[in-house]
Amino acid sequence: MESCKVYVDVTAEFTKEGVLTPKSIRWEDGIIYEITRVKDCRRAASMKAGGVGMRYTCVIEGQDKYLFYEDNNMWFVEGRAGA
Amino acid sequence: MGRTILHSDINCCYASIEHLYHPELAGKPLAVGGDPEARHGIVLTADYLAKKKGVKTGMALWQAKQVCPELNFISPRMDLYLRFSRMAHEIYGEYTDLQEPYGIDESWLDVTASSTIKGDGEKIALEISNRMKSELGITVSIGVSFNKIFAKLGSDFKKPDGITTMHEDEFRTKAWQLPVSDLLYVGRSANQKLARFGIKTIGDLAKTDEGLLESQLGKMGGILWAFANGFDDSPVKVENTHAPIKSIGNSTTTPRDLENDEDVKLVLYILAESVAARLRENGFKCRVVEISVRDNELMSFTRQHKINNATNITGEIAAEAYRIFKENYDWRKPIRSVGVRGADLVNDNYWEQIDLFQSVELREKQMKMDGAVDDIRRQFGFYSIQRGLMYRDRILSKVNAKEDHTVHPHGYFG
Repeated sequence: MESCKVYVDVTAEFTKEGVLTPKSIRWEDGIIYEITRVKDCRRAASMKAGGVGMRYTCVIEGQDKYLFYEDNNMWFVEGRAGA
Repeated sequence: MGRTILHSDINCCYASIEHLYHPELAGKPLAVGGDPEARHGIVLTADYLAKKKGVKTGMALWQAKQVCPELNFISPRMDLYLRFSRMAHEIYGEYTDLQEPYGIDESWLDVTASSTIKGDGEKIALEISNRMKSELGITVSIGVSFNKIFAKLGSDFKKPDGITTMHEDEFRTKAWQLPVSDLLYVGRSANQKLARFGIKTIGDLAKTDEGLLESQLGKMGGILWAFANGFDDSPVKVENTHAPIKSIGNSTTTPRDLENDEDVKLVLYILAESVAARLRENGFKCRVVEISVRDNELMSFTRQHKINNATNITGEIAAEAYRIFKENYDWRKPIRSVGVRGADLVNDNYWEQIDLFQSVELREKQMKMDGAVDDIRRQFGFYSIQRGLMYRDRILSKVNAKEDHTVHPHGYFG
């Protein structure tokens, strides 16, 4: 299985309570996808991409997508193999 | 009242973590160890696929390759494993404040007091096991019992990803049929002695006369007899001050030979910065500073010195390393590589007598300063803040500190 860890640029918001919420991601091809809602946020492992971090369940274009925030301060998504 | 003790053991710890970070190796045998490119070193951990083929911990890499030619080697990344160990302790910490680490990958938990909120031992074990899987992507084996010895025995019973109970009404059937060598502290030599008396299982040991065991094995005989009968009442030690690893060191081969004290001082400071930062990151302090020196004809030596107060202050470690160097090198030859190591590690719980003539305030200030430097570097990168000393020689100050660690679990009685 190909590793499918794709690091992405993320625009995020910090509230004054210290809560971090991703707002949009920029995919490899430069297209920016708005995150309309964050349904869940928890620590989780990504068995597909390989890694551990805070996992945000984001609604992007009506679909649930996982966005991971690793403790190296980088964001990644689980892309399709070969994507 | 009976206690509820859990022993949780991360299955093939290093190998599992590497599998998580290398999804492309799924279904392929993997071993963590040595330096595959330098073609030396030993296997630290093998995954279950490799173990099935006969790869064992401690094997030389070339031996492992012989029994399992398709084996994938990965160099150890100890800082990553320590991070996982910390995350595991965070999870355990939500069930009890009484936890005692045993090495990097094992831990005892006393969950007696948590049962009213979190449920009984098995329920807690199941919850921990599920959380480890979903949050860390690794599996654990957990033993549930009324004492530490049987809890450990339980966690060894079913691997990987098993939960085994050893309750007071069960251990006579479950534990007693196991070979006596499964018991903690029955090593090869004790096992041989016991075998001579026909003691093969833990049950045999339990039913043997205590006096006979003591006459053969000394004090340990009595202890093992008590273990086998479930009389282990040792507490889960929260005040445990052992660090799960033995030492943290960095070494480097310099881009040009070192020719005077100034050169060495600069490199020792770089190495000490890295060692101290890694100690701080893991919440450790060292009580011994060690240096290693190799000259340009490859003659090498190491020297170490015990320091008065456990420390992770960069300045103290660097100054001590330099002092040891000055005392031990006569500059007959230029130097090719040096290393700094912090050993005899203790963790944040460590307490000690403070020195009357040393300013506690000053040390606290230095710790805060180091913490601030760590913060800056985390945010803006390593080279964003540096010592003035580094400007003495911009080539030497760019050297790359190479990590290396020594791991070993501390003893049960320690």
